[in-house]
Amino acid sequence: MNKFTVSGSPHIQGDDSTKKIMYGVVIAMIPTVLFSIYFFGVDAIRVFLLAIVASLFFEWAIQKFLIKGPSTINDGSALVTAILLALNLPSNLPGWMVIIGALVAIGMAKMSFGGLGKNVFNPALVARVFLLVSFPVQMTSWPKPAPITDGLADVITGATPLGILKEGLDAGKTVSELTPELPTYTQGLMGEMGGSMGEVSALALLLGGVYMLWRKIITWHIPVSMLLTVAIFSGIFWGIDPEHHADPLFHMLTGGMLLGAIFMATDMVTSPMTKSGQLVFGFGIGLLTILIRMWGAYPEGVSFAILLMNATVPLINKGFKPRRFGIN
Amino acid sequence: MGILRTFALGGIHPVENKLSANAPIETVPVPKQAIVPLGQNLGAPSKPIVAKGDMVKVGQLLAEAGGFISANIHSPVSGKVLKIDNAIDGTGYKRPAIFINVEGDEWDESIDTSADIVSEITLSSKEIIDKIKDAGIVGMGGATFPTHVKLMPPPGKTAEYLIINGVECEPYLTADHRLMLEKGQEIIIGTKLMMKALNVKKAFIGIENNKPDAINHIRELVKAHDDIEVQVLKVQYPQGGEKQLIKASVNREVPSGKLPIEVGCVVQNVGTAFAVYEAVQKNKPLIERVVTVTGKAVKRPSNLLARIGTPIAALIEMAEGLPENTGKIIGGGPMMGKAIISLEVTVVKGSSGILMMKKEESSRIVEGSCIRCSKCTYVCPMGLEPHLLSKAAKLGNYEMAEDEAIMDCMECGSCHYACPASIPLLDYLRLGKLKVGQIIRNRNNK
Repeated sequence: MNKFTVSGSPHIQGDDSTKKIMYGVVIAMIPTVLFSIYFFGVDAIRVFLLAIVASLFFEWAIQKFLIKGPSTINDGSALVTAILLALNLPSNLPGWMVIIGALVAIGMAKMSFGGLGKNVFNPALVARVFLLVSFPVQMTSWPKPAPITDGLADVITGATPLGILKEGLDAGKTVSELTPELPTYTQGLMGEMGGSMGEVSALALLLGGVYMLWRKIITWHIPVSMLLTVAIFSGIFWGIDPEHHADPLFHMLTGGMLLGAIFMATDMVTSPMTKSGQLVFGFGIGLLTILIRMWGAYPEGVSFAILLMNATVPLINKGFKPRRFGIN
Repeated sequence: MGILRTFALGGIHPVENKLSANAPIETVPVPKQAIVPLGQNLGAPSKPIVAKGDMVKVGQLLAEAGGFISANIHSPVSGKVLKIDNAIDGTGYKRPAIFINVEGDEWDESIDTSADIVSEITLSSKEIIDKIKDAGIVGMGGATFPTHVKLMPPPGKTAEYLIINGVECEPYLTADHRLMLEKGQEIIIGTKLMMKALNVKKAFIGIENNKPDAINHIRELVKAHDDIEVQVLKVQYPQGGEKQLIKASVNREVPSGKLPIEVGCVVQNVGTAFAVYEAVQKNKPLIERVVTVTGKAVKRPSNLLARIGTPIAALIEMAEGLPENTGKIIGGGPMMGKAIISLEVTVVKGSSGILMMKKEESSRIVEGSCIRCSKCTYVCPMGLEPHLLSKAAKLGNYEMAEDEAIMDCMECGSCHYACPASIPLLDYLRLGKLKVGQIIRNRNNK
């Protein structure tokens, strides 16, 4: 007699998979990775490789010896975390700090919660903030981009545009006095400014974002609501007093704004599950970012804002449900 | 044509695979033995009125409705009742069935077996409903809800629209498609009969945009009828779900937990409309139906008119046999059909298709971790959160499952289909529905 498989419906499956999603994110990050290598040279390659090798190793080792489950290093999620971590670091960070970052991201922020899909906070951001508070000097001396086409020169470090702005404003200067020290919009778009490896080129980040939208890996809700909130709030202050507040476009192009909006806040695992919830989440991140940038001690607030909002996700999920059919 | 009509929430677009769309309906020879299950409809099983040794004719009553929501069963063959015994049915369980050894093919005299189309409607509303009830007609789309019950709205409720479901949104299936092409006139008369039964002034026939030939054909036929309109629908699963079809056709949402009549609609499948025509105009009870026999490895994907009680093995034979590497046989479509455990299972009123899956298509992908991507939520046509419901069911938190409206789930399978981690969400939801259903019943009985 023939033996047939018996299982519940449905009997067919779409061709989407966790792996495809993760490697889709990796593909989306390629332009940004290439730009950072262009600007920071061999140092950038060093940080990428270290972050990737260390992250994959920690993922493998923890899964094998602590969780004792099947290997998960092929699912692509550790690779995504590794690249995101590297994009959040300065290219001249000592190697052992990169490795500590990988351990914090994979070990503390991800695997200690149970692994893929179970973490509350974005692993790469946890590592970034961990490194920032542990090694404030190394994490805030940003190399100035020196295109590899210019030949090998000594690395010059300096503050990020946001740092220059904050320090200047705190010292009583006005925006127009500071403008010569700040990058132009074109420089911001292309990435010719100080910052972490992934924070430099707005263009490359946008390219990745468009790709992920096209592949339906992310939806527009989080990035748009986050950036719109930033634009509106920074716009209001800029409109009132343009001499003491940067304009919205400056906020968009500098710091971790686009990296955060496109790659970090949209992390599926740590963002809300309904579109209405995602709009609220984006709004919260935008608002917190502006609050920190304008009145906080740090010049940059995107990472803190995202992590803070990560913590509210369960609450948002409870409060913002999808519209049910037949309920008016 | 502009924007195509569709439903409001969610939905997926699986590969259509309508392999048998161009295969005309062929008749399966009468089997040597017919096994007619007594539980062929939603609701109570039917009660047999024949006994071992009785001689029966085609169309003779074998079993009576076993309750208000139940239906008569007539003999699909002529011959001698061998026994009433348990037989494996499409659900995989052994359940009571009437075994008939076939002798000849003698039809009951009252049945009009001529090929003439009878279009004149002479009966009253009540007479039409009685005929449908007597003929044992149930929803032919697969849900098998007794048709006459749907045609008798409860007191205080009136029907405004009759919606004929020619959507056939399940991949692979083409039985309704072929029926519309080959029996269009009869379907229109069946629609008219049900309109009269319900006393409604307007009927819509909903057809998905992937069947342009059927759309054109039915459009041509309804030109003479101002009160019937063909609606072209977007190809999107589950467009043929009753509530989704109503939303697409008349833009009304059936409230949660309620029936279509709440918004003045009655939905019937095209196959049902055809059966109604035969029952009312030709006096022929429901003894046969069109079944799609298909699959990627099947040599001759077919649409077959088979008597109820015919073993599916006979249908598979007509499609040139069971492919070598068949790993799974599905009764119905791939989204909502049930896996069949044996070739001895027979055709019943609700059999819309027999789908043979290759071995490599038969097993599930190993379940991974939920990455909270929300795709299940985005595709759910009922606006539920399958990831949440499945977790509630898994943890035995049925209170939460009920609060999160698990009973609204129509088991369309879109969530499992869309899940990148291949989590069998619908398995967990079914379990949850079963438990929550029991809890609700216990509460109501107190």
